[in-house]
Amino acid sequence: MKSNEAMTKLPANPERATLDGKNKFLGFWFFLGGETVLFASLFGVYLGLRNATNGGVTSNELFELPLVFIATMLLLTSSLTSVFATMALKTNHFKRMIGWFVVTGLLGLGFLGLEIYEFNHYVHEYGHTIKSSAWGSAFYTLVGTHGAHVFMGISWITLLIIRNLRRGMDLYTAPKFYLFALYWHFIDVVWIFIFTVVYLMGKVG
Amino acid sequence: MSAHAYKKKNPVWDWLTTVDHKKIGILYLASGAFFFLLGGIEAILLRVQLLYPEFDFVGAETFNQLLTMHGTTMIFLAAMPLIFGFMNAIVPLQIGARDVAFPFVNSLGFWLFTAGGILLNLGWFLGGAPDAGWTGYAPLSTTSPGNGVDFYVLGLQISGIGTLIGGINFLVTIINMRAPGMTFMRMPLFTWSSFITSGLILFAFPALTIGLALLMFDRLFGSQFFAAEAGGNPIIYEHLFWIFGHPEVYILVLPAFGMFSEIIATFARKRLFGYSAMVFATALIGFLGFMVWVHHMFTVGLGPIANSIFAVATMLIAVPTGVKIFNWLFTMWGGKVSFPTANLFAVGFIPSFVLGGMTGVMLSVPPADYQYHDSYFVVAHFHYVIVGGVVFGLFAGMYYWWPKIFGTVLNEFLGKLHFWLFFIGFHLTFFPMHFLGLMGMPRRVYTYLSGQSLDEANFAATMGAFLMGLATIIMVWNIIQTSVKGKKAGNDPWDGRTLEWAISSPAPEYNFAQTPLVRGLDAWWLEKRAGNKQMVAAEPLDDIHMPDSSILPVLLSLGLFTAALSAIYSNWVLAIGGLALAALSMILRSVIDYHGYHIHKEDLPAEGREGK
Ligand code: HEM
Ligand SMILES: [Cu+2]
Repeated sequence: MKSNEAMTKLPANPERATLDGKNKFLGFWFFLGGETVLFASLFGVYLGLRNATNGGVTSNELFELPLVFIATMLLLTSSLTSVFATMALKTNHFKRMIGWFVVTGLLGLGFLGLEIYEFNHYVHEYGHTIKSSAWGSAFYTLVGTHGAHVFMGISWITLLIIRNLRRGMDLYTAPKFYLFALYWHFIDVVWIFIFTVVYLMGKVG
Repeated sequence: MSAHAYKKKNPVWDWLTTVDHKKIGILYLASGAFFFLLGGIEAILLRVQLLYPEFDFVGAETFNQLLTMHGTTMIFLAAMPLIFGFMNAIVPLQIGARDVAFPFVNSLGFWLFTAGGILLNLGWFLGGAPDAGWTGYAPLSTTSPGNGVDFYVLGLQISGIGTLIGGINFLVTIINMRAPGMTFMRMPLFTWSSFITSGLILFAFPALTIGLALLMFDRLFGSQFFAAEAGGNPIIYEHLFWIFGHPEVYILVLPAFGMFSEIIATFARKRLFGYSAMVFATALIGFLGFMVWVHHMFTVGLGPIANSIFAVATMLIAVPTGVKIFNWLFTMWGGKVSFPTANLFAVGFIPSFVLGGMTGVMLSVPPADYQYHDSYFVVAHFHYVIVGGVVFGLFAGMYYWWPKIFGTVLNEFLGKLHFWLFFIGFHLTFFPMHFLGLMGMPRRVYTYLSGQSLDEANFAATMGAFLMGLATIIMVWNIIQTSVKGKKAGNDPWDGRTLEWAISSPAPEYNFAQTPLVRGLDAWWLEKRAGNKQMVAAEPLDDIHMPDSSILPVLLSLGLFTAALSAIYSNWVLAIGGLALAALSMILRSVIDYHGYHIHKEDLPAEGREGK
């Protein structure tokens, strides 16, 4: 690993210091724009079908807020830790960044575990499945698509950490980590909407 | 690393792995042309079936499949890739860039599109093609028996992802890779319209992605999104489809508008009239394009308020479109207009498209649309805008940019023959359809009864289709002849105005030996007027960095293709295998470092160097 002295010579925004980094930065923002439309469509579908229970269990009977609350806290905290990681990235503290990203990934894993438990519970205890009603279809598709994004994110950061652990920070690796952090924030924002639209409105609305 | 550049490459391997945007452009053009011919044959078969009342040529079932595949093929597999072909071949040159922002993503976009296109057409050989219309409305599509619609759903999904990432590549390329001095308001209009089209792709395609995914879930996994009997709602699919679908028609036509703007100005030997109004109108059309999707659903019963709002928004689009028409006319006004084939198509486009725009405004009136909807009147409308707009644009662009892309000039005599036969055939086919529609002939029905005054117009329409077929054969003949022994083109055969004409034909691998300095709108024209033989360079001659080629896009696309095909036959082991191949390719892309290589300045041909 390079000495601390050499490492401090990176520019202020190492993730955008090269043309390649700039391109990736902008391209990824556009990609997130497309993802926004993707989730907006799913939310629209969900709102259209959230009362289509087909005579089966309703959202009010199904959801247990404590579980969802823990999941939400895990994900929100992971967003915070990824901010710490980004700060470490910008101040060029490679090990600290890796540490925070590891925490981020673990929290994400915890979230995913709870979600799998939750789905399993719904299917086996309540017979609430993707086939049981149009609402079931919409629920699993929206929440599941988000879950798939979390899974993608965890795989991505794992791969990045393994690949770059020995390389340290430079203008080539910085954009890679930075983009992951952007992605992770996006997933977190989507979850806040899911928490509101699916769970809170499902309990009271 | 640099030895790489001089290794003699196996041509097949080279085309499979290339990340050069000019080669990817040619790949897009070639596969788009293939699908265009395929869709054309389907159209001719449809028209033969409708030649006489109660004619028995292909029958109802095959008719439905041909109809579905004609529409799907022409929109997604012909028009889209042909547009992407021109964007790839021309946009980086027009902005003075050495390369696109994401060469790898660009090649992945092409191969995904191709994999999806092939998958879509496999239905023909595997028990029946899709037959639920290019719009795939539920519940017709969710209940259609056999696997046909599965090919539609998965094929479009894969090619759609390719289109989406291609769009992102062009957005970033145009924002980040412009040469010094190439400000936004100096960009040629084709670049501008490609930029706005890419933005539309980015925000429209995800809605289709979701629509298709839900269709897939309903068909393959038994979900209930569109099953009204289980509380589902098929109208949701219509919304998703048209939230994508209306922007899609502008995705297609805006680049064609851009081509016309370049071609009309070049052959009027005048600067484009009202450049900034053109840019603004293009952006406004793009923006309004997202506000009008309900005009495809006026008869669904969303209520008078929704219908009225969307009707007014729809009518508004005619305003910026009208601005463009007048700007093209004023560009020609007082110019030294010449009419090579490219300009024939451009000028022929104007009245044709105006007709389509007028019927569009007629359709945008909801009470009237209750009469027109789902009749041949709509078929007439959208063929006037799509053939009269998009296809004429692609033909014009082909004759105009062929020299830059391939280094030869298409035969002008054959070109003019192509234009006139196609132009006459086009109007002969689609003009009578307005009246067929007004007389009540429904669209998408495989036959009609005699004695309802529908016979003559149908006959005429089929004759027109034959004429267009003949014109297309002549075009193909022209292409073959030109490829075999075409006349060599100079760098600047049309006395062009924009940067692509400042470099050799075809352009070298690295586009510009030295990045050019842009000193105004119509950069190359300005330099020529100032007596310069070359663009002024913005940088000293140096080694040129080039991206590494890669086979991974092909492997990734192959993986998704395999996964989709296996899923259709519920072979989940193979499906997971395909996904694993795709995932592995992505992982490899991430862990392998691609540093590219350099072409050394000593190895650049002296001719390519600019002002020393
Ligand atoms: C002045 C501009 C335009 C207006 C006001 C307009 C209006 C409309 C309306 C109201 C419909 C629905 C008719 C119905 O189904 O009952 C329609 C259909 C259609 N339009 Fe346009 N349009 C315009 C321009 C365009 C352009 C530029 C394109 C393509 C390049 C286009 C492509 C289509 C297509 C493909 C359909 C039929 C889709 C289908 O049902 O299969 N339109 N148009
Ligand atoms: Cu429309």
